[in-house]
Amino acid sequence: MTEVLSMRGIDKAFLGVPVLSSVDLTMNQGEVHALVGENGAGKSTLMKILAGVHTADAGTIELGGRAVSFTHPLQAQHAGVASVFQEFNLLPELTVAENVHLGREPKRRGLIDRRAMIDSTAETLADLGVDDLAPTANVGRLSVAHQQITEIAKALSQGADLICMDEPTAALADAEVELLYRLIGRLRERGTAVLYVSHRLKEIFDLCDRITVLKDGRLVDSVATADITPDDLVAKMVGRRIEAQFPARLPGTETGGTRLKITGGGNDFVDSIDLDVRAGEIVGLAGLQGSGRTEIAEAVFGIAPFTRGTVEVDGTPIRITRPRKAIGAGIALVTEDRKAQGLALWQSVRANARMVLDANARVHSRRRLARVSGLLASLDLVARGEDQEVRFLSGGNQQKVVVAKWLAAEPGIIVLDEPTRGIDVGAKHKLYSVVRELAAEGLAVLLIASELIEVIGLADRIVVLHDGRIAGELPGGATEQQVMAYATGRGPE
Amino acid sequence: MTRVRDLLLRATNPTATVFVLLVLVFAGVFAMNPGFFEGPSLMAFLKQAAPLVILAAGQYFVIVSGNFDLSVGALVGAQVVIAARLIDGEESRTLPVMIVMVLFGIGVGLVNGLITTALKVQSFITTLGMLMVLYGAIRLWTGGAPTGSLSESFRVFGRMGIEDVPVLGQIPWALLIMIAVGAGSVLLMRTRFGRILMAAGDNERAAALSGARVDTARTIAFVLSGLSATIAGILIGGFAGVSAQVGDGLEFTVITAVVLGGVVLGGGRGSVLAAMAGALVIEALFTLFNQMALPATLRPAVQGAIIIAAVAYAARRRTRPVPTATATPS
Repeated sequence: MTEVLSMRGIDKAFLGVPVLSSVDLTMNQGEVHALVGENGAGKSTLMKILAGVHTADAGTIELGGRAVSFTHPLQAQHAGVASVFQEFNLLPELTVAENVHLGREPKRRGLIDRRAMIDSTAETLADLGVDDLAPTANVGRLSVAHQQITEIAKALSQGADLICMDEPTAALADAEVELLYRLIGRLRERGTAVLYVSHRLKEIFDLCDRITVLKDGRLVDSVATADITPDDLVAKMVGRRIEAQFPARLPGTETGGTRLKITGGGNDFVDSIDLDVRAGEIVGLAGLQGSGRTEIAEAVFGIAPFTRGTVEVDGTPIRITRPRKAIGAGIALVTEDRKAQGLALWQSVRANARMVLDANARVHSRRRLARVSGLLASLDLVARGEDQEVRFLSGGNQQKVVVAKWLAAEPGIIVLDEPTRGIDVGAKHKLYSVVRELAAEGLAVLLIASELIEVIGLADRIVVLHDGRIAGELPGGATEQQVMAYATGRGPE
Repeated sequence: MTRVRDLLLRATNPTATVFVLLVLVFAGVFAMNPGFFEGPSLMAFLKQAAPLVILAAGQYFVIVSGNFDLSVGALVGAQVVIAARLIDGEESRTLPVMIVMVLFGIGVGLVNGLITTALKVQSFITTLGMLMVLYGAIRLWTGGAPTGSLSESFRVFGRMGIEDVPVLGQIPWALLIMIAVGAGSVLLMRTRFGRILMAAGDNERAAALSGARVDTARTIAFVLSGLSATIAGILIGGFAGVSAQVGDGLEFTVITAVVLGGVVLGGGRGSVLAAMAGALVIEALFTLFNQMALPATLRPAVQGAIIIAAVAYAARRRTRPVPTATATPS
């Protein structure tokens, strides 16, 4: 078998944080190769280096035996590497044929030869075994699956020998997944190699010839699919880490009555959510990216409300249609993206910390305002003063300001969506202790984290999501394998 | 050494720069005409400058919340014409007509605000449309030339003051109104409403997720701008009398003033005091031009240059690496 790709010793760091360290990846002609790992394992980064989006800090890349080095996606494209990202690179106002030939339109006497363009697109589609997609169709009106096919046709017509697909089934319906399976089968027959990045074990075992496992930016193993069982694969993906240490449950923490109760909650993103969080309890929401974790937080907080089911706060049914209502009901949400959603960056620490109080007459009080400075201090905020603009603070200190702004309102329920993302270790540990203290004070805490270890280390109960539904529930301290088993849709270990 | 740099850094902060400019321009005026700072002529200057300063305060609220109000010039013109036509020289109608004007100013602001927030039309377009509607409607209503006349008691606000004050001569009502509007604006920005308005201009999403009624706050900002145009209309009508051109181009002068005050277009930054100081700088600059016997027709060109220079200056400062906090990650 001919080797089409050989990546050796790839290193990559962002802002000094290593994301990949000496990773190898080899692929053969016509091979469907799975790249797997937890969130943050480095899959996307490796794929983007291959696609020329990022440039590796060290290591070599050979395509068909020739050493290459990409600094721009176009270079990768010319070298025969095409990528189908989750966000498609298509122009919705143009036709399928125009998109397939974008930038390389066939010309006759200096004008675009529409006929030739349509014919060659029809040929490519026929080669892929697709018979229900017209080259003249407008891309913006196509289904996601057909848009994906257009992307793949575009890749082939550019002469790609290697196509990278990032979570290609994430947005597809079941019937469309079948279509993608057939398409990938065709690509294999043609000798086109496919790098298949996915979380979904079933697809990986259905489709792929080989599997490369990454973990924390390092290569764990690269094996033939036939030589490994799903359980062993999960074990390789999660392993065990000892670095994280979590503060123990504080003495005197009592689990009280149910503060938040969701029954049959559902909307466009999630369905059949039954979830309750009691006073003094930390419930972890685990799941892979796109499994509906953030969507549950946003529904509870009224950003994209549940359209089905009921929500009760402290036993009272309530329809939360806007964040204001959620805040009025004593719910706080520390959002995933603190810069875009949490902070007014050009305002002072003080202005941000009192924003929730300022904005809501229902929670505003002099007593609470007077507590803000003390809150900031108790979170060990490091700033030049409360007048300093928050844009000058480190990520960890910015996050403390966000937490302070919500605690100022003295909520009964706090939802933390990725509270430790992008912050330093010290600030992380401070936040872990804060979460414990909040539970001890009788708050109901709903904790969302990509880092499984955080959920396992902090939560009293872990609710695992898969495809917008609750796949299972585990006690705190469960193993990563158990969580991943539910998260990948395989049921209990 | 660090102190000098600190001082320089602070002086080049867009908000502080306007006060430095104010001193420089006044120094220029003084050099040309040392008599300028004698009581009566200084009072006359402030009386003339008051409407623009008041408009700047109104415009500030809109800009800091992330919008523009281009309709203020046309609104000032409309208010003067409405006043003249409805009062028609009758002293007894002064108060009722002023109430009508206030309601009209609130109404125009409300319409601007609701179209911008509820219909999601960019404020640039909303208020440009409002400018043209007011402009056309007033000319339609008056048949081209304003009719009627203002009452004496109406004109008191723009023309008169506390007379026979030692040293100063007259303390104009316009100056006192300006000070009241300025003080009110500063206080308003220190209330919860003011902070929410600022946060909405800085990060609309963060403000909304914190429970802020962003649309309501922005609509109120437009209403405040409409009210400021009403007050300015009363002062300008009193000071300069009735003409159909009275507010023409004022929207650009006032936006120039606010930008000169270091208030960033797009919202979230700048102080109302600096915005009003920006208006004073512009008025002082015009005075300087008069003293240098430069033609008044030069004004638009100078305003244009100022607005570009001020925005470029603010943009340059923003792209420079920000000073890092002394804070160490904890």
